[in-house]
Amino acid sequence: MEFLAWFGPVFEPVAFLLLLGGTIGGLILGATPGLSPTMAVALLIPFTFHLQPVQGLILLGSAYTSTVAGGAVSAILLKIPGAPANIATTLDGHTMAKAGQGKRALQLSFLASLFGGVFGVLLLIFLTPVLASWALKFGPSESFWIAILGVTIIGTLGGGSVIKGLLAGCIGLWLSTIGFDDILGTQRFIFHSSLGGGINIIAALIGLFAIPQVISMFAKGRSTTSMDVIDVRPHPIKEAIRELGQSRLALTIGTAVGSIIGLIPGVGGQIAGLVAYDQTRNFSKDRAKFGSGHPEGIIAAESANNAMVGPSLVPLLTLSIPGSPTAAVLLGGLIIHGIFPGPNIFLYHSNVVWPFINSMLIGQFLMCIFGLLIAGYAARIARVPPYAMAAVVLALAVFGSYSVQNSMNDVYVMFVLGVAMYFLERYGYSAAPLVLGLILGPIAEGSFVEGAMIANAQNGIFQYFFTGGLNLVLIAIVVASIGYSVWLELRMKRHEAKV
Amino acid sequence: MKKLLASAAFAIAAMTGTAQADGHANYPDRPIMMMVSYGAGGATDFQARIVTMTAGNEDALGMPIAIINKPGAGGRVGWNWLAGQADADGYTLGAYNVPHFIAQSIKGGVDYSTDSFEPIANWGADPAVFVVAADSEFNSMADVVAFATENPGKLTFSGAGLFVGHHIAALQLEKEAGVKLAYIPNKKGGAGAMKAVIASEVMGGVNNLSDAFRAQQAGTVKILGVFDLERNEFLPDVPTMKEQGFDIDNASVNFRGVMVPKGTPQAVIDKLAMTVPEMFKNGRVAGKMKAGGSPMHIMNREEVQAMWAKRQETLTTLLEGL
Repeated sequence: MEFLAWFGPVFEPVAFLLLLGGTIGGLILGATPGLSPTMAVALLIPFTFHLQPVQGLILLGSAYTSTVAGGAVSAILLKIPGAPANIATTLDGHTMAKAGQGKRALQLSFLASLFGGVFGVLLLIFLTPVLASWALKFGPSESFWIAILGVTIIGTLGGGSVIKGLLAGCIGLWLSTIGFDDILGTQRFIFHSSLGGGINIIAALIGLFAIPQVISMFAKGRSTTSMDVIDVRPHPIKEAIRELGQSRLALTIGTAVGSIIGLIPGVGGQIAGLVAYDQTRNFSKDRAKFGSGHPEGIIAAESANNAMVGPSLVPLLTLSIPGSPTAAVLLGGLIIHGIFPGPNIFLYHSNVVWPFINSMLIGQFLMCIFGLLIAGYAARIARVPPYAMAAVVLALAVFGSYSVQNSMNDVYVMFVLGVAMYFLERYGYSAAPLVLGLILGPIAEGSFVEGAMIANAQNGIFQYFFTGGLNLVLIAIVVASIGYSVWLELRMKRHEAKV
Repeated sequence: MKKLLASAAFAIAAMTGTAQADGHANYPDRPIMMMVSYGAGGATDFQARIVTMTAGNEDALGMPIAIINKPGAGGRVGWNWLAGQADADGYTLGAYNVPHFIAQSIKGGVDYSTDSFEPIANWGADPAVFVVAADSEFNSMADVVAFATENPGKLTFSGAGLFVGHHIAALQLEKEAGVKLAYIPNKKGGAGAMKAVIASEVMGGVNNLSDAFRAQQAGTVKILGVFDLERNEFLPDVPTMKEQGFDIDNASVNFRGVMVPKGTPQAVIDKLAMTVPEMFKNGRVAGKMKAGGSPMHIMNREEVQAMWAKRQETLTTLLEGL
């Protein structure tokens, strides 16, 4: 209960102003395509040079919290996920927004974020020592199986045909191999010198989701007949809270999956939202409604990606191991103030660490309050005529993909992938499984190569990847996941045959 | 007001006039950009931000230095860009990591070599160290080598990747101890390699002194030896490899510093070479670097030129036949 004594420093004027600023700024940065949580935190670190350690960390922590939630805004309203964590949010969130219910989607998303986020931070407060040793159990072989688990949901993610989903996933896996191989330094599929660094995930994300949108919006703008003006419906907050209360299953699965996956170093939040979405759909009574603007889809995805924030800091704070790219940047922010994370951090630096964690707890509430305040106004975006919207999205896409690494190459990659995706979408392929392939490829490959090298020096690959309790549990989940979707597919076929 | 504007305009005109007349006498007259070929938040990035934070002071360059990250492929993307696409006008600097970029250029497949760049000054030197998990049976390099001699190729140890300082240190250890080891390069760099050691996924590892120092403080690892010529001020109790009987020099030490693309005007290089090392000596810079556990090692242009030439030679021999 020591943390209760450290709420005071959070409410000191300067610290609280930074917390407010970090939260509001984080929401805006998060809503800007291309400015991922990692980027936002990295951009803020130089500012913390001039602050006291506590103040600096409060700024970074609040920005981390709210950029993750802010990413949902562009995912819902523009169908551009702010970061990989928000991909699953587009599936139901954007469909809902297109039906004029953008406000409802945003409200659900912020409330679910609050629930997941608070749970995640509470885990960080109460269970850090237990969780830290658990996080270390995930070595190369376990990470490999987690990535394979991710691969098993690729097929069903598109909502359409399983085969097309798998094909899109394979394209994504292939795209992820482009560039200099990180381990051996060999060149793979570098057709053009601009591909040397590989395909940046954020740039690809923007291209694959935004560009097909832009093209179809321009096409719509030209035709005079289909100038459909969307009626943005009001939606009281009470109603959203009630809906959240009814979706206990989605909230539980989302929060649990987000917390567990957030804890695993290296896999991180990129896939938490997608795995939670898939699991919720598997267990939901309304399986068929997913993808058509179903509230459970938004709730699962957003509670998962905010639940991941707290646990992702467990290995960082206690073992000095950054579990996610954002945590790696935060580590730099801690070190620069002379705070070296380790098992004794709560002993030696309690005056900094507890206010930091507490500020993330309060930050969750501030994030939710401000999010709900802007929801109504933001949803009006849907009323912007398509041609104007297309121009804005295009500008954001170029800005976002350029700003990731200050490179025009990423902008070209974004355009090429986006135009290709436009045509693929016309043939029934969707972007989500493709992006998932792109994300999982490096995790699966890297952990397999690393594991294989260790295994070859010891007892061989089979023993390394197929023995050990955690490996077997993960393999069982993989088999169950595949088996379950096959069974569902068969049952649906039989059902159709009967009808 | 009008008068003020007129005189301001005149002043500006006069200034630009002299700038044209004197060539680069007024350099720098606008902010400078420095390319870091690793991501924001990494060790190179945050050290680069610290050492350049006083650039805008009048006694330094008088203009701020903005850091631009071009990460990818172990630094190859950024250095390719600096060698091939950056303007050699003095307003584009780059951070170098030795031995990384030299080893990569020897291995091939990149558009740069030591001839593509002009060194300006060195700010830091992070030696490689050998670490094992806190509960490991190994307590000295002799234990490690004894195990490797009995079990050739079975001693797994991690490092940040291939053709980086850690890999060079690993190669030197294999060569000097006459043993066969299993070096496991980590895709997630130094942090990932350290995690592999702490979690006992591997039996040991080569890692950065600064990161190992922090892990040791946290009680998660033991440090068995330093791959440098002398002991380090952060770790006065850890012996060098040489003290433990292995003839290993400082070829793996990760030197970080500033360079410019070849073709940058000589007057600009001279000005930078004169100012930048002094800028690194600023007390605020030293304080921040020390607080972050980042060892500083300031070298001027001539010293860096000599260091590059020596590395080129050592690494060519070491990487032969790989």
